[in-house]
Amino acid sequence: MQLTGAEIVIRCLQEEKVEHVFGYPGGSVLFIYDELFKQDQIKHVLVRHEQAAVHAADAYSRSSQKIGVCLVTSGPGVTNAVTGIATAYMDSVPMVVLTSQVPTAYIGQDAFQEADTVGITRPCVKHNFLVKDVRDLAATIKKAFFLAKTGRPGPVLVDIPKDITNQKCEFVYPKTIAMRSYNPIVKGHSGQIKKAVQLLLDAKRPMIYTGGGVILSDAADKLTKLVRMLGFPITQTLMGLGGYPGTDRQHLGMLGMHGTYEANMAMQHCDVLLAIGARFDDRVIGSPGHFSEVPRKIVHVDIDPSSISKRVKVDVPIVGNVPDVLDEIVKQLEAAEAKPDAKSLAAWWKDIEEWRGRNCLRYKQGDLIMPQYVVEKLYEVTGGDAFVASDVGQHQMWAAQYYKFDKPRRWINSGGLGTMGFGLPAAMGARFANPKATVACITGEGSVQMNIQELSTCKQFRLPIKIICLNNGYLGMVRQWQEMFHGNRYSESYVDALPDFVKLAEAYGHVGMRIDKPADVEGAFKEAFVKHKNELVFMDFRTNPTANVFPMIAAGRGLSEMILAEDL
Amino acid sequence: MRHIISILLENESGALSRVSGLFSARGYNIESLTVAPTEDPSLSRMTVVSVGSDDIIEQITKQLNKLIDVVKVVDLSEAAHLERELMLVKVRATGKDREEMKRVADIFRGRIIDVTESTYVIELTGNTGKLDAFLGAIDTSLILETVRTGVCGIGRGDRILKV
Repeated sequence: MQLTGAEIVIRCLQEEKVEHVFGYPGGSVLFIYDELFKQDQIKHVLVRHEQAAVHAADAYSRSSQKIGVCLVTSGPGVTNAVTGIATAYMDSVPMVVLTSQVPTAYIGQDAFQEADTVGITRPCVKHNFLVKDVRDLAATIKKAFFLAKTGRPGPVLVDIPKDITNQKCEFVYPKTIAMRSYNPIVKGHSGQIKKAVQLLLDAKRPMIYTGGGVILSDAADKLTKLVRMLGFPITQTLMGLGGYPGTDRQHLGMLGMHGTYEANMAMQHCDVLLAIGARFDDRVIGSPGHFSEVPRKIVHVDIDPSSISKRVKVDVPIVGNVPDVLDEIVKQLEAAEAKPDAKSLAAWWKDIEEWRGRNCLRYKQGDLIMPQYVVEKLYEVTGGDAFVASDVGQHQMWAAQYYKFDKPRRWINSGGLGTMGFGLPAAMGARFANPKATVACITGEGSVQMNIQELSTCKQFRLPIKIICLNNGYLGMVRQWQEMFHGNRYSESYVDALPDFVKLAEAYGHVGMRIDKPADVEGAFKEAFVKHKNELVFMDFRTNPTANVFPMIAAGRGLSEMILAEDL
Repeated sequence: MRHIISILLENESGALSRVSGLFSARGYNIESLTVAPTEDPSLSRMTVVSVGSDDIIEQITKQLNKLIDVVKVVDLSEAAHLERELMLVKVRATGKDREEMKRVADIFRGRIIDVTESTYVIELTGNTGKLDAFLGAIDTSLILETVRTGVCGIGRGDRILKV
């Protein structure tokens, strides 16, 4: 059957079982919007800014096993989307970004709303395509979905000139795609896995360190099985939270710059480290030099060979898909006659319990609301079962530290790029992917204003998100660094002239609440989550403006060089 | 250390910028880069000369392999290989310099491919060191213009880079 390019785009999305597309129309994308109008299988979510469309599609992927799709127009539509694309790229989130382009004959002529989309997005996508012939369109979209979700996932962009969307050709959606230049490895090398198993069995002070790869590959169950089988301590990165139950005794909490004392100490002092789907980044291990001062054997499981031995030299690299490799490790462990060294392990746990005894996340709740307390109460009220989207800054770290995620895909934050403005649109995406779930957005008065216009989208689609704004009047993380490293010179980190968030929420047709006293926190949550269950509630918590995030490792320092709250 | 990396990649528009963009984005060094289609017109072959520690070169080859358009990557300098570069040099050739220039070109097995009353264009192929040596051997003040292709390389014997 002969279809236009625009019809082909819609048919391809239907073939991929896409239920939601997040987007914003414009001149060159009109034929595609016209076809969206004529069907009702795919629901379009009209955002108020293209960046939000991409964050929402991104969180849609993160919070489910589906693939987020967004659709934006040429030129400014694309440039607005770039922050969202880079955010997804840094966290390896599978996503398909459809962009329209000026007509083929206008490309390169500085046409109205023209931008070199493929050029601008090249460094922040897994791959991108410019479709130059309508006959390539279906296969290109198929490739985009295939590339986005296989191997190390990531955003893939397809740029479609307007004339292509109006030209006709025969529509055939390819069933499979084979690319000679792209064959991701799935199974880990069994010889390498054997070496890894031997190291694990010989370990005296073993440690397991996992990251976002566990979440992205849906390996939480297999990881939990392995960790329980070994009885080893485990720590998770910011991106890995929820991969292993956060409330379990073997879990030492998050590691890294704001990780727990016990996680960082165990990481530094272990003799065998099993790293799974994590990449030893600067916010996780601090200085690689300091980390390497303690000799240890490292086994690193990752689907991306370029993540291995990038910052830290690894002894046993295993390239493969995390769940497949975990299966093989478990199989070999079960077959092995030797068992982990119980005596050494008990001594190691004794050390760890001593570190845990420092109770590094302790804080004092005084007259002013402590932000940590708000997160703890949120955890209680939601039974630890909410989808929590966060923005970037102090509140993000407190959310990661105090909300104990037991399940994967519940914690949605911009870890790699650290994009302020991510939280609210991400909460929207999570709610669309999980239409019955409780969705909270932990944010700050700085971050939330970076995509505040999405309160309008939330109203249009009746999204009952609970926004927990930890309002301390400062760009808190900036202020914390200025206090600690810049002699208390709070250069441009005080946010003057904040809006009245209660009235603002009401103006958008939502419920607004302002909470000033610690004693009111719990009651406010109950009101928001019970009485206003089906409404969006903007909760403006006025928190202690000088609260800081601890523990902390200064940038470039080592894991055991933590600053604890009690040190100050 | 200096490495010669050979890359087979899809002959598609934008493929070159994906490679060059990777080098600039990650701060890798490029000494030279050459690219042209192979006997199979759907594939291009690129030769990149880069200088870096073993760790950096390992990262470069891994990152190159990660590019979707890249089909194969080989570090030629890991084993016996040949490398050649072509240079065209336009020199002033008048008076006694005219004879001397021809003599030096002959010694380096260069060919004079353009002649005017006052200039020669000399074509020279060889490895980078040989071309540098030629430029060192002639009077620099006589050099009007030089253009070099950058290095292209191939493995010796049974080392074959093919899909």
